[in-house]
Amino acid sequence: MPQHLSNLTETASQTGGPYVHIGCIPSFAGIEGVYPQDLGLSPIQPGALGQQITITGQVIDGTGWALRDALIESWQPDSAGRFAGQPGADPAVSGFCRFAADKDSGEFCLTTVKPGAVPARTGQMQAPHISLWIAARGINVGLHTRIYFEDEDNSADPLLARIEQRNRVSTLIARKTGEGAYRFDIRLQGEGETVFLDI
Amino acid sequence: MTDLGPLVPRQRDMHPVPYDPDYKTSVPRSPKWPLLSMESTPSEETGPRFGHGVIGPLDNNLVLNFATDGSPAIGERILVHGQVLDEFARPVPNTLIEIWQANAGGRYRHIKDTYLAPLDPNFGGCGRTLTDDQGRYQFLTIRPGAYPWPNRGNEWRPMHIHFSVFGHSFGQRLITQMYFEGDPLIARCPIAATIKNRSQLDRLVAPLDMPMARPLDFLAYKFDIVLRGRRQTMFENRLEGL
Repeated sequence: MPQHLSNLTETASQTGGPYVHIGCIPSFAGIEGVYPQDLGLSPIQPGALGQQITITGQVIDGTGWALRDALIESWQPDSAGRFAGQPGADPAVSGFCRFAADKDSGEFCLTTVKPGAVPARTGQMQAPHISLWIAARGINVGLHTRIYFEDEDNSADPLLARIEQRNRVSTLIARKTGEGAYRFDIRLQGEGETVFLDI
Repeated sequence: MTDLGPLVPRQRDMHPVPYDPDYKTSVPRSPKWPLLSMESTPSEETGPRFGHGVIGPLDNNLVLNFATDGSPAIGERILVHGQVLDEFARPVPNTLIEIWQANAGGRYRHIKDTYLAPLDPNFGGCGRTLTDDQGRYQFLTIRPGAYPWPNRGNEWRPMHIHFSVFGHSFGQRLITQMYFEGDPLIARCPIAATIKNRSQLDRLVAPLDMPMARPLDFLAYKFDIVLRGRRQTMFENRLEGL
């Protein structure tokens, strides 16, 4: 017998279920008064440096139906590419936001500042992007993906470069719909399925 | 900042399958194409941190944190406690844990839950806490009831508490569920059964922990959680292009 490894195995995920909001966005579930306010209401405070942007979209299932019960979290650096807590980071950018698909329309909306570029471990620069994590009933392991921007130079991004089917790259790129406005739909399955990440 | 190393890749076979026809909602909501695998970057290795400033004194006490008329929540009082570690058995201190659950009758306080069981006016069903410097946490709550749900003809969820854990990296983000030792509904639950590795499912079942139960007050259950680790070697930094 070889030596024994004392490593542990990650705890298995389970779906967040239909009532994920109770724990993560209580006010969405109709619960007021437990906490002063929900966590992650906005990734930015007034005075955040950089271009303010709004990203709207839907989370769409394999039948084409927009989820009304999805929970999304976003994580990003400030406009100079620094994450909260790093030296020199913009104190008005927490970088973390939690938002839900609207219970009637399924639309979500994220208002933030456009993130700066961040290098990968190799030192190679990644194009500006926002990381997303999606939890909902029927999603057994939370889904990671990224939002890139149509009006940035994405040509040298190392993650996008790894997508073999180049026709799928566009699923990670937010479409510009106006000044500071973008559209980013997330397709869980089916035609135009979003590239999800194991990262 | 110290480079703590890249995240250890997820062992996907230790997690539920994304697509499971016995859990019908997973059928249209599971990606069909393979995930894109890549070594973690600062985007996944960093993550939100939450300080003690956001945590109120009753946030981890679900018996009292929604006591609208001042009475404690109805139900069997339980302490749920445990430790958060990473895959290298290092404690994960100061990390946010959020929980949510049904009340003692199996009803959630949510605009969309219309189950017959009544709402408890003194039970909200959510709580949160930060782990201490050893990664330990505690909640005082009531044992949630089992409840029926639409899936196949006659489906009941075992008693469970939902857990959301942050870790220190966005790539460690985890939502899971804690079940209770001895509940016969676990073996019949298609959501629990999305986990195909038996020992991984067993690890979601919290044992009764009598030494931690307080006489004449509450029972106790222990639920430890393991998050992804970060690999620290002397050889992580590769030159660009190599």
